[in-house]
Amino acid sequence: MTKVITTQDRRSFLKVSAAAGGGILIGFNWLLGCTPSAEQVKSMPEEWYNINGFLKIGDNGLVTIMSPNPEIGQNVKTSMPMLVAEELDVDWKDVMVEQAPLNTDIFTRQLAGGSQSIRQSWESLRTTGATARQMLILAAAKTWDVPPEEITTENGKLVHSGSGKEAGYGEMASAAVDIPVPDNVPLKEKKEFKIIGTSRKNVDGHKIVTGQPLYGIDTYEEGMLVAMIIHPPAFGMSLKSIDASEAKNMAGIKDVFTFETFGSDEKRGSFDISAFPHLIAVVGESTWQVMQAKKAVKAEWEKTGDQTVPFHRSGREWSVNFPAGLESTEMYMQKMKDRDAQGGETVREDGNPRENFDKATKILERTYTAPHLAHNCMEPMNFFAHVTSDKAILKGPIQTPEFLEETASDRLGLPLEKIDIQMTRMGGGFGRRLYGNFLIEAAIISKKVNAPIKLIYTREDDMTAGTYRPAYLATYRAGLDADNNITAFQVRMGGMSESPLFANRFPAGALDHYLAENWSIDTNITHGAFRAPRSNFSAGVEQAFLDELAEEAGKDPIDLRLELFEKAKNQPVGENNDYDAERYAGVIKLVREMSNWDTPPENVHRGMAAYYCHNSYVANVVDLVMDGNKPVIEKVYCAVDCGIVVNPDAATNMIEGGTIDGIGHALYSELTFIDGVPQQKNFDKYKLIRHSEAPKSIEVQFVKNDIDPTGLGEPPYPPVIGALANALYKATGKRIYDQPFIKHLS
Amino acid sequence: MAVFTLNINGQKKEVDVDPGTPMLWVLRDHLKLLGTKFGCGIAQCGACTIHLNGTAVRSCSLPVSSVGEDKVTTIEGLSEKGDHPVQKAWIEHDIPQCGYCQAGQIMSASALLLNNSNPSDKDIESAMNGNICRCGTYTRIKSAIKTAAKTQ
Repeated sequence: MTKVITTQDRRSFLKVSAAAGGGILIGFNWLLGCTPSAEQVKSMPEEWYNINGFLKIGDNGLVTIMSPNPEIGQNVKTSMPMLVAEELDVDWKDVMVEQAPLNTDIFTRQLAGGSQSIRQSWESLRTTGATARQMLILAAAKTWDVPPEEITTENGKLVHSGSGKEAGYGEMASAAVDIPVPDNVPLKEKKEFKIIGTSRKNVDGHKIVTGQPLYGIDTYEEGMLVAMIIHPPAFGMSLKSIDASEAKNMAGIKDVFTFETFGSDEKRGSFDISAFPHLIAVVGESTWQVMQAKKAVKAEWEKTGDQTVPFHRSGREWSVNFPAGLESTEMYMQKMKDRDAQGGETVREDGNPRENFDKATKILERTYTAPHLAHNCMEPMNFFAHVTSDKAILKGPIQTPEFLEETASDRLGLPLEKIDIQMTRMGGGFGRRLYGNFLIEAAIISKKVNAPIKLIYTREDDMTAGTYRPAYLATYRAGLDADNNITAFQVRMGGMSESPLFANRFPAGALDHYLAENWSIDTNITHGAFRAPRSNFSAGVEQAFLDELAEEAGKDPIDLRLELFEKAKNQPVGENNDYDAERYAGVIKLVREMSNWDTPPENVHRGMAAYYCHNSYVANVVDLVMDGNKPVIEKVYCAVDCGIVVNPDAATNMIEGGTIDGIGHALYSELTFIDGVPQQKNFDKYKLIRHSEAPKSIEVQFVKNDIDPTGLGEPPYPPVIGALANALYKATGKRIYDQPFIKHLS
Repeated sequence: MAVFTLNINGQKKEVDVDPGTPMLWVLRDHLKLLGTKFGCGIAQCGACTIHLNGTAVRSCSLPVSSVGEDKVTTIEGLSEKGDHPVQKAWIEHDIPQCGYCQAGQIMSASALLLNNSNPSDKDIESAMNGNICRCGTYTRIKSAIKTAAKTQ
């Protein structure tokens, strides 16, 4: 057994002592909220014993485990408690899971982002379970007067084989509460895992399929009003004046007013992004009434000037420029091309790439673009707020509750401890809900109308006031010698207004003469993280370029990549290469085998790609056929190395979903602008992949190893775009350089 | 405002609302049946799918005044204990990721199986095409519908 020092602050083991008379003193309001599911054998216990901040044990052995992080569909509400349950050594069917409250004293990193939830909590959550198990052992040792090291556990039972004594965890829970928290606890060897590595169903599955209220938008409280916002029709515009006289007189309407989401002289936190901080609020009794009144508000808009907005977080200060102007897609795509032609700022240079380009026999140069994308979480942005003079209750879907707590405190002028942010299940996140402007908007509206309110964005509000995946452009160049060896390589990337470049990723490290450059253009169209930020573009274009390079060099695309990884492994070039060449090559070899790459099926066009992001490796092969101008994706193979797979079937689901999401966006989706106005406002114009366009089948295999687990929510999205592009080339004989691909298939 | 008597999940329900109010908001705001979800408001995403006399319809675009005595079934009324073959198949295939669209997917799938007990891939695709899943659970949904078809 490995010993691990308990890493949590001792406050995380706040104990709730049994009150006189055998009752329990409840330390947190979340101790009450759950009920056993239909599948659970045990009924609710008479008494709960709170062993530490993460779990409580009932007198009948039922265990409730808190899931600390926000659930956006990445399934952490199941997989994080699995880590605790493994080390507690309890039967999974005796486990109930509850969403933990935001409490930074107990929990760390209560955030959904970067595919890091499992990776960052791998040790601490297991330690939490192991610590509780140890407290139960110590309690039993004391009760039975035997040495603790002679006590073993199995599936929620304590056993002392010498004396034949046995007790369920429930019987020992009250005694465990009085045990001092041990500092050192042993963790299981990986081969001893009984829960980790086995498929466990979504703990909210039954509630979801029966339509029980789980999401922020399902919040209905006594006396609650509904609020909506009206934002400017175009980026680069702001509110000039409103006439709400008609709207205010409509049935059910309580108030119409304007407000500023972020104070004009206020420094914003890094996630306080909003293009439209000056808004109109419409508040009324019911959603439909508010929707109608919204249409009756007459507003005048005016162009904004250049703006510089100050931001701060953790002692760091910076500012972002939002230039004046009404931007159009056609205009900024040209601007990006012009900017790219001027060259970028060198981020990494290995060897003598410039000189070698001059000497090259052949130069291959290609430019790729991708449009803005809206996040389109199926649950539109919304938040419940009840703000009074001394307290703010804020409840809803938010990926960054920790950060928004601070912003809300600043904005409402209430101390941090008076801000109570409650997390609900989220109808998708994909990065959009990192930016909680809607939470602050809800809070301000509630304060103004002095009532509990739920702010709801319509789909149009959601799609046209986003923090979008920005438009990007990349130019790749490769110099080849007479023997088709790559003698110089260059990548230059930029966007509106961030560069998607990862200078230290493959093929950096595998090439002697490598140059990576960055640029960006300021814009007033707000942008932010979108599933697999930056990788969602850089992977596909890099992998499409390598495919073209392999063809130019007369090599099989897999052989070319494996040659490069061999070089990166044995004679790595430069420093800070942020990938493991052997694991990278590993997923490519696995996908080669899975797809029978060397003897492909007839009449099917296939392409491959591989990528590394969020600490995980994914390789894909896409098989497709053309039905006229429409690609029909027959099969996608996914080889994944994310270390230990905690919940295999759910992980497979995540890979399947990310694969479909990546294909869908690259093939079909775009958000375009004319004079600052988003041209797609709802799903009639904004095309998302649908059932009939999804791959007919997806096969997923995980590399089996004992490496600590890494990201899963994002890694499957980026590489499949490259595999799709390469398969489309095989099918049509035409390389497509601009997304969405569908526009270039007719 | 006008009073409407509706037949929802086998029960008579009375609401006093504007006649143009879509059923989605009657269900959610007035009857607190929250399983039917708001996704787009223009019948393009399927999150709000309910059954009207056994046919899948988008409740966001169905004015309450047009419902009359038609039988409305929502996700809450699909089965008593959550054990409709489609719901069971959804659990068996562990479909939901974020889960938000799934009530609508289940209502479309169950309506399909009412009329077609053994749907082909094409039948499934065409019946389900109005239901968007941003998480991308489409392949699992297809498998689950086939499982449900066998067990119903």
